[in-house]
Amino acid sequence: MLGYFVRRVGQAVVVVIGVTLLIFLLSHVIPGGPARAAIGPRATPAQIQQFNRINGYDLPIWDQYYQYLRGLVLHFNLGYSYKYNQSVSSLIGERLPKTLVLVGISTVFALIVAVPLGIVQVVRRNKPVDYTLTGLSFIFYAMPPFLLGTLLILYFAIDTHLFSEEAPQGASIGSILSDPRGLVLPVLTLSAVTIASFSRYMRSSMMEAMTEDYIRTARAKGSGSRRVLFRHALRNALIPIITLLGLALPNIVSGAILTETVFNFPGMGLLTVTAAQDTDVPLLLGTTFVATLATVVGSLIADFLYAVVDPRVRYGSR
Amino acid sequence: MTLVPGEIPINEVSSMREEGPPGLTLGDETAPGGGSVSSSGGLGRQFLRVFAESKLAVVGAVVIVLMILFCFVGPVFYHTNQTSAQSALLNSTQNSPPSATNPLGTDGSGFDILGRVMYGGQTSLEVGFAAAGIATGLGVVWGAVAGFFGGWVDALMMRIVDVLLSVPILFLLIVLAVIFQPSLGLLMLVIGFTAWLVPARLVRGETLTLRVREYVQAVRVMGGSGRRIVLRHIIPNTVGTIVVNATFQVADAILFLAALGFIGLGVPAPRTDWGSMLSNGVNYALDGYWWEIYPVAVAFVLVVVSINFVGDALRDALEIRLQRR
Repeated sequence: MLGYFVRRVGQAVVVVIGVTLLIFLLSHVIPGGPARAAIGPRATPAQIQQFNRINGYDLPIWDQYYQYLRGLVLHFNLGYSYKYNQSVSSLIGERLPKTLVLVGISTVFALIVAVPLGIVQVVRRNKPVDYTLTGLSFIFYAMPPFLLGTLLILYFAIDTHLFSEEAPQGASIGSILSDPRGLVLPVLTLSAVTIASFSRYMRSSMMEAMTEDYIRTARAKGSGSRRVLFRHALRNALIPIITLLGLALPNIVSGAILTETVFNFPGMGLLTVTAAQDTDVPLLLGTTFVATLATVVGSLIADFLYAVVDPRVRYGSR
Repeated sequence: MTLVPGEIPINEVSSMREEGPPGLTLGDETAPGGGSVSSSGGLGRQFLRVFAESKLAVVGAVVIVLMILFCFVGPVFYHTNQTSAQSALLNSTQNSPPSATNPLGTDGSGFDILGRVMYGGQTSLEVGFAAAGIATGLGVVWGAVAGFFGGWVDALMMRIVDVLLSVPILFLLIVLAVIFQPSLGLLMLVIGFTAWLVPARLVRGETLTLRVREYVQAVRVMGGSGRRIVLRHIIPNTVGTIVVNATFQVADAILFLAALGFIGLGVPAPRTDWGSMLSNGVNYALDGYWWEIYPVAVAFVLVVVSINFVGDALRDALEIRLQRR
């Protein structure tokens, strides 16, 4: 068990080192290099040379990478945004908690909705309910978050005034959480795709579990169908959902970019989009790195949970 | 077999798409039985039969073909100006509701929306298919080479995949789009480049099991080169997996292009795509000009849903083929 944890953390560390290399390389393939990105397209060669000397961009590339890593590890230095005149890490520090709140609530909400939906589909399989839910999941799966978000705004904010059109703009997490009316639509938008894919997965996972020998054994013992469904099939079908959660994280984080843009939610996704529109490359690479780091940590936690919950893993890979 | 959770995710992903919920394709009740009745014709015919049994997939395929005709042949019969913003401004009213001259109204720049859906659809479909092709080609070769050579080559190649796969795809896409400021062709490359990782993993997994098969051993004994084994014997045997994945890739690429268009990083003017159209239409739709988003939205969702239907049915049909083997 411990060996497995150590090996899994090792894997994650290798991936993170690879990501730093990727980010570092990307910051160097900008046409004109970091200097042009910082001081603009009309910079003279002399200005660029001076900028490079001050910032160490004239050093050999591996030396630069070393300096970059050092700054990252020791000071969490992600670079400097020349558009905001602020360090990238402080900009992200303000926004990240809000995105985590949005992503966290949406993920939990998606689970709470998707699991029962999957069960309903198994209980009523090949009945109208099953087909309707399947059809709906296909449609939501095909609908990009920005389209769904817009439609929700049209119906629930503009036509009926049930919820607010814009996400809460408060500076602190507390003020965001204290405005649930503003959070409803962003959470619905972000979780729709996840609900669609999770409920589909839940359905097939339950169907598969229902054909296992232990289900037949449970039936033969005389367990009622409700008991078989919840005590035997559901518990086993739920385990892979944990892994699925880890896998879905990158997509949910990607979805947060679009959701935050639609609802003007002041999180990291919106920061990324503004950085992209301003061609603020250091900020863009910073948010990308942090989003990746969050995803890697998230899937690490999911894998650990999986190992804790599933005895086959616990005993299988000692 | 020891279960290594680090490896589970991909199996789960593939099984998610590979197995899918049985009830999704209406023909699934008969499918397993159909697989054993192998006396009726060759694999190809059997494959077609299983595919045709899924009514949703047939409907999906028809919708895709109609949509391609609509976008690419439609403009021949329904001729509208979609490239000159100036003449659109001068010759038509902006934001006019559906009427006899403009069956679906006009947008904020005065472009006819029916024609614009065709015009934007061309870009979305072209990019969707091209990016899926690029991603599949790159992924297949990468995965087959890594799986075939094994050892440190495999380890290195797969770590690269791991690293890229851990970056949330939309972030990577935005970074590449900002750095390279893509034209239409480059946009296909960029989307393809973010999407090749999953096929690479799938093909590598299959290659690992294929390379120890007797016929591969036989080729090796007869002196066949590594290149020959990979190209002639391993890749052709992964075709089922590849085709199914490539189908879903098309849908994903269309979605990602739309996301880029929404952020404002889509195809450069005067071209447009469904995502950019939605993005432009959103503000007007909030003012009540519904015709600026609904036609595009319907076309968009219809195509993506249809592609997913076809992918699901292909998966079921190919599974029958695999069962027989």
